[in-house]
Amino acid sequence: MYSDLVMEHFSNPRNVGEIADADGVGVEGNPVCGDVMKIYIRVQGGRIADVKFKTFGCGAAIATSSMVTEMVKGKTLDEAMEISNRAVAEALGGLPPVKMHCSNLAADALHKAIEDYKSKVKA
Amino acid sequence: MARFIYLDHAATTPVDPAVVAAMIPYFTEKFGNPSSIYAPAREARKAMDGARDTVAQVLGASPTEIVFTGGGSESDNLALKGAAFANRHKGNHIITTQVEHHAILHSCEYLEKRFGFRITYLPVDRHGTVDLDALQRALTPDTILVSIMYANNEVGTIQPIQEISRIVKTQGVLFHTDAVQAGGSLDLSMDKLGVDMLSLSAHKFYGPKGVGVFYVRKGTSYWPQQQGGGQERGRRAGTENTAGIVGFATALKLAYDRLDSYNAHASKLRDKLIQGISRIPGAYLTGHPTNRLPNSASFVFDYVEGESILLSLDMLGIGASSGSACTSASLEPSHVLKAMGVPIERAHGSLRLTTGKDNTEEDVDRVVEVLPAVIERLRAMSPMAGAGAGTPSGQ
Repeated sequence: MYSDLVMEHFSNPRNVGEIADADGVGVEGNPVCGDVMKIYIRVQGGRIADVKFKTFGCGAAIATSSMVTEMVKGKTLDEAMEISNRAVAEALGGLPPVKMHCSNLAADALHKAIEDYKSKVKA
Repeated sequence: MARFIYLDHAATTPVDPAVVAAMIPYFTEKFGNPSSIYAPAREARKAMDGARDTVAQVLGASPTEIVFTGGGSESDNLALKGAAFANRHKGNHIITTQVEHHAILHSCEYLEKRFGFRITYLPVDRHGTVDLDALQRALTPDTILVSIMYANNEVGTIQPIQEISRIVKTQGVLFHTDAVQAGGSLDLSMDKLGVDMLSLSAHKFYGPKGVGVFYVRKGTSYWPQQQGGGQERGRRAGTENTAGIVGFATALKLAYDRLDSYNAHASKLRDKLIQGISRIPGAYLTGHPTNRLPNSASFVFDYVEGESILLSLDMLGIGASSGSACTSASLEPSHVLKAMGVPIERAHGSLRLTTGKDNTEEDVDRVVEVLPAVIERLRAMSPMAGAGAGTPSGQ
């Protein structure tokens, strides 16, 4: 049901963990729904210098979290904001239709982390 | 690579080679339509009659009380709709439970929404056992049918069918039990159980998929739900699945001939799984601790999601199952765990392992050996596994 790439990211997820004193943290999902994604970012010179994730959820939730961290590393904040959930799913070679809504929230979590960073910088 | 370890016998079982051998002639030389009059057809008719006698014997029933169907779901639909429609002049109320298979729940929903029947869904306790006082209170003069499963497919809890039967029959109400998950391991003596209708499916006890039985006690009023030729004495139209019917009877007979040794084997492995897996921090057995199907071990785990556990086990060559939302088309976690009061977050992390005749001690030892690392890896990834992770908090 999953592509080889999804299974590969599920088996060997990239950038799992937390960033102590992260510049931004974003959480998407809800334990009641069965998916929670938490993304930590370190920002340097307007770019994502480091990114880590922690995810509770199904295979798709873990693989999309892993994939979004790979896609975003080194990107400017504006570029990062343009990465969509759909683009993450496409980069993984697609997801089963039922997974597109419930488990494909990693880009949203990333965007929340960037917004968190921006609100901290402003304050 | 080591052989695949199949621990999902509640989902389906491999067809026993003896069952396959018994079926084969009815695909080829004995292919005739049992309703025709020439020799190959008479062979088919004879085999079908023999199969019906065999099933009746195991159930302690009369052959005329056995209707062959296309499987467990069809038998459930036939029981619910057939009895509801035929008895509507007597009342409009049906009682079932919150933990039934969807073949029952969705049939009830259909009768409720499309036809205005009133349905009571009885609660269960934390072990999944139906509340008999609630049943007693729910029965009214308007009640025409009670349908309560024999054993639960997700958590293995066995319901007190004989007691339920006594309560229901004192009110003169029809009683159906979905015995699909119980078939092949629990007592199917109809007079002991006291039910009016019962559903079975062959593929749960080493028979073929797509063939079931609807037992219906003589004198029970119900309307057939499939019209056509007069097969099955007008109770289930359609040319009979001769090979499947022979397969059903052969598998059932085999299962009940070896019942004690099968149950002893399955439960020994089940208990090993329960002992081993219960030691994992943040793991909880679901279902009744003792009064459960001999082959069923089911759990929930804190801070991990069921599908992730299944994928991880599959990569290790182990086949299991989960009531997790992510393994179904719906987004809701198991209605069974919810009815048992398992918190929703925890219900997402469910795992069901069901043993079978071909499993060995090495199989379950392997699962007990690899599962802790699977859970640990997923928990290390989980944002919810904080300071309290792994501290047993009771259930």
